Amino acid sequence: MSEETVIIRIPKRLYKRIEKKIAGTIFSSVEEYIIHRLENEFPEEPVYTEEEEEIIRERLRRLGYIE
Amino acid sequence: MPAPHGGRLIDRLVPESRRERIEEEAEELPRVSVSMEKRKDLENIAYGIYSPLEGPLTQEDYRSVLDRGRLANDVPWTIPIVIDVSEDEASSFREGDDIALVEGGEPFALLHVEEVYPLDRREYALKVFKTLDPAHPGVARTMGMKPLLVGGPIWLFRETPGKFPRYRLKPKETRLLFRERGWRTIAGFQTRNAPHLGHEYVQKTALAFVDGLFINPLIGRKKPGDFRDEVIIEAYEALLRHYYLRETAVLVTLEMEMRYAGPREAIFHAIVRKNYGCTHFIVGRDHAGVGKYYGPYEAQEAFDEYPDLGITPLFFRSFFYCRRCGGVTNERVCPHPAECRIEFSGTRIREMLMRGERPPKELMRPEVVDVILRHPNPFVE
Repeated sequence: MSEETVIIRIPKRLYKRIEKKIAGTIFSSVEEYIIHRLENEFPEEPVYTEEEEEIIRERLRRLGYIE
Repeated sequence: MPAPHGGRLIDRLVPESRRERIEEEAEELPRVSVSMEKRKDLENIAYGIYSPLEGPLTQEDYRSVLDRGRLANDVPWTIPIVIDVSEDEASSFREGDDIALVEGGEPFALLHVEEVYPLDRREYALKVFKTLDPAHPGVARTMGMKPLLVGGPIWLFRETPGKFPRYRLKPKETRLLFRERGWRTIAGFQTRNAPHLGHEYVQKTALAFVDGLFINPLIGRKKPGDFRDEVIIEAYEALLRHYYLRETAVLVTLEMEMRYAGPREAIFHAIVRKNYGCTHFIVGRDHAGVGKYYGPYEAQEAFDEYPDLGITPLFFRSFFYCRRCGGVTNERVCPHPAECRIEFSGTRIREMLMRGERPPKELMRPEVVDVILRHPNPFVE
């Protein structure tokens, strides 16, 4: 099942500039390029459980990486 | 911080609570022996360092990586991560089976065999290394590979402690480390050398743009004449202690062999650092090169093909010490003639060190030289 999507409007002149920039690259559409850029800008961070985070923090402290 | 490559940080490490049972199960399975280098690759898969890979490549991905430098789903990937097996080994299992991967007699991972397929060594060498010259260390290793490849997801249940456990971190740890330090932008620096002033200058120039520096030396098989792992680590310890702000740089090892695949390996190195959480990656002259197989800036040019890499390369040209300028500089900045220059020639520095001579302080920090000369043989034989 494909992911639910929403429609966002961007200025046409910006669209045209992006279209020109991605011509001949791996990106097959402006939409694909924008999604890629936004995914990098707002990444899904790895999820840490509280216990896991404390174990990692303790190890980093022990090794001198953090105070 | 960038998302892990492919969107998700892979974790194929069997939880502690299930290890004993998996280890028992592994005892009953067909076995395939792998080298320590392959074991490290598989550990890197399990820790998410090679995200999005979940195991050695299956055929479609393998072909796609060779032909296009991308996985079949278009995600950039340039170095085939594979497990090679003999026909005899392959006769002990079928596609769909689980097998135990063994190194030094010790089972350490399960592999669910999705596919067994033939390896064309010449094609592999030509596409990855751009040469068939057996003098190229990567080609020589490829020609020694077994004739079949086996692909599928793995589960790692026994870890090696690592050569320098104190410096071995997983991406989940480095990402938390960067967060704890408040670094939003991080430049990854790949190295297989003890640092000279040229390296230091590159790193510190990058630090002018980013919050933190991630110095990430490769620990593992290298070619004769390269610095030994322990020399690299001790040299960096000395450099960081005497010449870096503690709050802006970290030293973390990466247990992985050098492939010497030039441009392809530069992209691969960038992907790996993206998985650690780096936003930027430093690419110098002749990155991951050997001999004269690649142009001096070919590795930098390779990034043009990957606008979707998700990590920003920082390109640096050659630096040198200029006696007239009185410091480290480069040809785009320094107006003085060549006779004023002292080049950072790795070969020249190595030759001096091999003779027990101290390279001048314009080339290498005295504290770093002390560390190197303390070792009876600082180079791989």
